[in-house]
Amino acid sequence: MLELIVISTLNGVLFGMLLFLMASGLTVIFSMLGVLNFAHASFYMLGAFFGFQIGRWLGFWPALLIAPLLAGAIGAGVERYGLRRVHKNGHVAELLFTFGLAFAIEEIVQIIWGKSPVDFRVPPLLDFPAFTIFSTNYPAYKMFMLLVSVVIFAALLITLKKTRIGLIVQAALTHPHMVGHLGHNVGRIFMLVFGVGTALAAVAGVIAGPALVTQSNMAGLLGPILFVVVVVGGLGSLPGAFVASLLIGLVQTFAVSMNGSLSGAFGPLSPDYATTWLADIWGVTIAQIAPIMPYVLLVLILIFRPMGLLGTRDT
Amino acid sequence: MRDPISSAAPPYPAVAEKFKFYGLWVAAAIALLVLPKLFSSGGSLTTFSLIGISIIFSLSYNILLGQTGMLSFGHAVYYGLGGFLVIHAINMIGINKLPIPLPVVPLIGGLTGLLFAVLLGWVSTQRSGTAFAMISLGVAELIASSALILRTFFGGEAGISANRTKLLRVFDWSFGPQIQIYYLVAAWTLIAVVAMYALTRTPLGRMCNAVRDNPERVQFVGYDPHVVRYLAFCFSGFFAGIAGALAAINFEIANSAYLGAVQSGTVLFATYIGGVGFFIGPIVGAIFVTLLSLGLSDLTPVWQLYFGLIFIAVVVFAPGGITGLLMMHRPLLKAGTLSKVLPSYLIAFVPTLAMIAGLILAIETTVHYTVNPGDDSHIKAFGVNFDAASPYIWAMAAILMIGGFLVARKTWTWVGHAWDEATSMTREEGVAA
Repeated sequence: MLELIVISTLNGVLFGMLLFLMASGLTVIFSMLGVLNFAHASFYMLGAFFGFQIGRWLGFWPALLIAPLLAGAIGAGVERYGLRRVHKNGHVAELLFTFGLAFAIEEIVQIIWGKSPVDFRVPPLLDFPAFTIFSTNYPAYKMFMLLVSVVIFAALLITLKKTRIGLIVQAALTHPHMVGHLGHNVGRIFMLVFGVGTALAAVAGVIAGPALVTQSNMAGLLGPILFVVVVVGGLGSLPGAFVASLLIGLVQTFAVSMNGSLSGAFGPLSPDYATTWLADIWGVTIAQIAPIMPYVLLVLILIFRPMGLLGTRDT
Repeated sequence: MRDPISSAAPPYPAVAEKFKFYGLWVAAAIALLVLPKLFSSGGSLTTFSLIGISIIFSLSYNILLGQTGMLSFGHAVYYGLGGFLVIHAINMIGINKLPIPLPVVPLIGGLTGLLFAVLLGWVSTQRSGTAFAMISLGVAELIASSALILRTFFGGEAGISANRTKLLRVFDWSFGPQIQIYYLVAAWTLIAVVAMYALTRTPLGRMCNAVRDNPERVQFVGYDPHVVRYLAFCFSGFFAGIAGALAAINFEIANSAYLGAVQSGTVLFATYIGGVGFFIGPIVGAIFVTLLSLGLSDLTPVWQLYFGLIFIAVVVFAPGGITGLLMMHRPLLKAGTLSKVLPSYLIAFVPTLAMIAGLILAIETTVHYTVNPGDDSHIKAFGVNFDAASPYIWAMAAILMIGGFLVARKTWTWVGHAWDEATSMTREEGVAA
């Protein structure tokens, strides 16, 4: 039991940090442009596939650097030549633009790399067990993932809070016109933020690619969970996104590792339930309902705290 | 003294206008009746049935997006649940020999959609805008994932099926042949379209528009925008349920794809491409998208990519959709200045078409190398044969794309100038835009 708790906590924190790498970019982009980037998870997928392809040509370490830069450049281009054009048509058009973009990116990835998972391996340098707890080998690569996410989290925090660029970005979040009057190129700041946000998602993609499955449906699987994180944390709140990422990471990992069901707990009391149409609800295990846990959490949050955990504005 | 109500109310429509209005519906009904006589093959009947279902679904979606300004990413939930309930209902009616004929069964789907919209809508519609979009997405994922867990009801991956011919017969119609299903779908399409049009003319329909445009002002007037959005959501769920029921009857099966994100995305594409600003927009969009998806899938294996690109192009260049583009020209037509812009259109279309052709050529050659690299390089796309390995083809694709883009950009600015000129002339003639 203790083993389960320790391992699940480690995995949960890891998954949560990965989620936060993406959710942070999404949140900052939302606060700035007022548009929820539907294609954000697609940049995560692009990161993973670019990482796979560049890793094949040049090795994993150059890929870790080049793939996010490439994806970030594409992201900046999308903002400059796509979103900025659509902006005058309103928020719905912007959201739909990113929606169409997510659709198109998935199709393009399918055309280039196919529908089946690609063979994206952990680099040999990190392919060893880091430590053994309770007879379980914990892979070093996962520790590396955790390290990268924490380092980027810290770097992001310091950049936003302590540097001049961070101050300008923060100011542009709330008072874009004033920042523009002070002589800063707000358009370029928006492009930069969009590029950095998508690059962060791509970093998550590169480091998650070998550990999870690199496949053309990975954006579609992760995208909705990402939105749950952003809404649960509170739209536009970076600390909220952090808390919600960890919460959902932990909830999902713990749920997957549990096998209990209603029939397991109360089965002996009324065995005849197992034969009625209630059998589905009666017999389903917690592990099986793990995929719907984030959405249940979302609905609960929306009923009881509509602005999100740490959100301030009631959009 | 004049009666204040009569002066505030709009003028009563003239007889000619009324005649035109009702004539339009009668003409639509006659067209639906005659259509299978003109195109009587089984394939076209199936296509017409699919278009009819898609029209109801898209119009129900437009109650949300176009009329009330709520962008939903999970409209397929009500469509899918309507479909599932109808399949169960058909099975149940068949087994118990209940005196319910098939033509009224879609109503069961509609009521299912309504029920779930009533249940889920109150929480969903508390806010509009981005929050509503995210909630609808979350609810849709919740229902779609649950459908795979609750296997007894939803039948897991395979879905559940029914036999539509085993119900009570009226006028000896068995609803086995596709032609009878076509007439069923056509009748329900007409009923639903009339009902949804009538809905837009009611005070509720007007309040929906007001909530879309300025919810704060609606509050000042004394309405609760949340309640208005909720009512619109319920109506929308009802008609989506009817569409899902007709789809389930048409295919005699309901599976988890009915509820999924792809279905929700397709209805969004159809509605938006058609145009959300006009009542007829979703109808045009449903016809266009259904024909496009059936036609393109025969022509090229990567039709979904083209589909996505068309959608992006509409969002970027024509936010009003197809009908929005056409309706833009109405004042010009009335003032007779349309001839000013048409020549510049013709000039602009040539390089634009060249650019699109180059893009298609580039996509198809890429697809050849990535999807089936081992095959013969002489491929066929859109009915045209060419050699994907030939450097001439590559050069041609590049020239068409880059050259077309450069020239097209130039010509579209001319179109812009011609357009400005024509509209200013129109304004001088005093025709309201």
